[in-house]
Amino acid sequence: MTDNANTNNVVDEYQKTKNKEELKGHLISFAMMIVATLIAFGIVASGVMGKIYAIPVLVLLAVVQVAFQFYYFMHLKEKGNSMTALLIYGGIWAAALTVTGLGAITWW
Amino acid sequence: MSVTATQKRGLGSAIWDYLTTVDHKKIAHLYLAGGGLFFILGGIEALLIRIQLMKPENDFVSAGLYNEIITMHGTTMIFLAAMPLLLGLMNAAMPLQIGARDVAFPFLNSLGFWLFMLGGILLNCSWFMGGAPDAGWTAYAPLSTTSPGHGVDFYILGLQIAGAGTLMGGINFLVTIINMRAPGMTYMRMPLFTWTTFITSILILFAFPALTIGLFLLMFERLFGAAFFDVSLGGNAIIWQHLFWIFGHPEVYILILPCFGVFSDVFSTFSRKRLFGYTAMVFSTIVIAFLGFMVWAHHMFTVGLGPVANTIFSVATMAIAVPTGVKIFNWLATLWGGRITVNSAMLWSLAFIPSFTIGGMTGVMVATVAADYQYHDTYFVIAHFHYVIVGGTVFGIFAGLHYWWPKMFGRILNEALGKTAFWLFFIGFHLTFFIQHFLGLMGMPRRYWVFLEDQGLDTGNLISSIGAFFMAAGVIIFFINIIYTAAKGEKVSGDPYDGRTLEWSIASPPPHYNFKQLPLVRGLDPLWIEKMEGNGKMTPAEPLGDIHMPNNSFIPFMISFGLFIAGFGFIYHNDNMIGTIAMFGGMAIALLSMLTRSVKDDLGYHISKEELEKEAE
Repeated sequence: MTDNANTNNVVDEYQKTKNKEELKGHLISFAMMIVATLIAFGIVASGVMGKIYAIPVLVLLAVVQVAFQFYYFMHLKEKGNSMTALLIYGGIWAAALTVTGLGAITWW
Repeated sequence: MSVTATQKRGLGSAIWDYLTTVDHKKIAHLYLAGGGLFFILGGIEALLIRIQLMKPENDFVSAGLYNEIITMHGTTMIFLAAMPLLLGLMNAAMPLQIGARDVAFPFLNSLGFWLFMLGGILLNCSWFMGGAPDAGWTAYAPLSTTSPGHGVDFYILGLQIAGAGTLMGGINFLVTIINMRAPGMTYMRMPLFTWTTFITSILILFAFPALTIGLFLLMFERLFGAAFFDVSLGGNAIIWQHLFWIFGHPEVYILILPCFGVFSDVFSTFSRKRLFGYTAMVFSTIVIAFLGFMVWAHHMFTVGLGPVANTIFSVATMAIAVPTGVKIFNWLATLWGGRITVNSAMLWSLAFIPSFTIGGMTGVMVATVAADYQYHDTYFVIAHFHYVIVGGTVFGIFAGLHYWWPKMFGRILNEALGKTAFWLFFIGFHLTFFIQHFLGLMGMPRRYWVFLEDQGLDTGNLISSIGAFFMAAGVIIFFINIIYTAAKGEKVSGDPYDGRTLEWSIASPPPHYNFKQLPLVRGLDPLWIEKMEGNGKMTPAEPLGDIHMPNNSFIPFMISFGLFIAGFGFIYHNDNMIGTIAMFGGMAIALLSMLTRSVKDDLGYHISKEELEKEAE
């Protein structure tokens, strides 16, 4: 690093720990996403579950993966993103209402 | 381009300036002009309807033409008049209210306008090209899928193009409000009009995709042989109704919420009080938007969804009366004890309260499922939604125009003409629509081109038609007022009303960079705070420096023009070769324009500090 690093030692140290933590978070979530994917493949490939159980489990795993994606890789967990989060949840809410409404009324 | 270079110019360069502008204030002028044009067209169609229904078994227009007129009246008024006029007001006022120099994406803003305008023109070209759409503004399948000719195709393509523009406008406003507020302008310090613009933009973002999808399905069904709504081929006609109303119900809140914002600003300015219950006003707006997505099926009570679905949607619908009631009482409490000035903007706002409340009350009536079987498809429903849309949205647009006209053009609209226009319109409005409640209760069905003699409907319809002419006279006087004001209107300062919010802290009309220095906001009604503390003007939040401005661009017009040509192509590609050529040619123009935009760096220009200092002299 340059001379700047010495004068800003405290800040640097803080940044380092923070980066380290973030990397840890990324790695853990990445590993968990791989595990989730493996489980999903496993369920379908091995055929341990019937269709009725397999589909909800797969959907659940997908939701968990999307959450990881949003929070760890797209930085939704960081401060100052509350409006983004609100809009995403609003959109999910509107879409969910549409799908359940249409599904329940038209085809059920 | 320097500031002085834009000062002197001829007519040609003024037109070129408007064709290429990316300035939110000029785009506001364009939206108001375009919306005003379509408002006149929709108004003429309304008059034709009322002339036809003036006496029993009238033969002023034929049955087929009548269907075209009612379809175009509804479509034009909702999509091409009310929405762009509101987008115009938003463009004119919102960036100024939050202390921004422009919207977040000026290019997109211009593109949004030209898509709307050319989409609207495409739709209206149908009159001259074999007949307008005739399946109602809701275009229910299978009526819309089996309607002969190209009318409904124009409806699909026209609305698709105009809708894309609106969606862009909504996204643009969202990003602007989230990212471009002046220092100190927290969310809970934003004026109510900015808040309602924000919530409306969220509604646009979430509701318009449903329309886009619905229109795409209809387009593929009519033009490419798909069968989404064709029961004989395994489709389901009800899907269209769901998609349309999933969009359509939030749409009516898109129309009314910005007006709630206008009224809130007008009431607090002309009562010389801060808005009563500001926080409750903000949250009731959010609640209305939230509930607005859960009520679409109340348009479909008689479809046969079953008692459970009907009950859920009925209860959800009635729940909306609660936050709306909160708003009504907050406005009354704002007026209470205020030092009230009654001018034209205030007259429209005051008249809104009882008119809209009547519409809200009949709204709860039609939300009652059992009773709705009686009201459905009668003039009672017509009366209800005209009371909320005219009594809410149109009154709101007029109030907003009177309120912000001096800010937009530097001249204040004539008060005498303004008040005359108001009283004619107000009397005409109640004359036209109040009686329709009773016509509906007596069983007069909507969308019929004639009614029979001696069924108790004659007098009511005559009164209603007379009222329509009063409304037309009011609108004509308003347009005379605009011309009069442009020619001889009184010039005013930047702050003619002793205003409270940021837009009144700068000159009228504002310089093209809006704020020389971004203002420091210290609370709700920031300008009023400074006035009360004896400063009289906003404290700058930054030293005077270079201002970065976007360059004008002709590309938005080219993209829209390409899609306009392609729209004709899609409609006629099954008929002849020219259609196919237009389809590919138009898309080529649009896509190449987009490509040009992508590869060409356009970094804008800077207004230097020296120029700004010189201008202050």
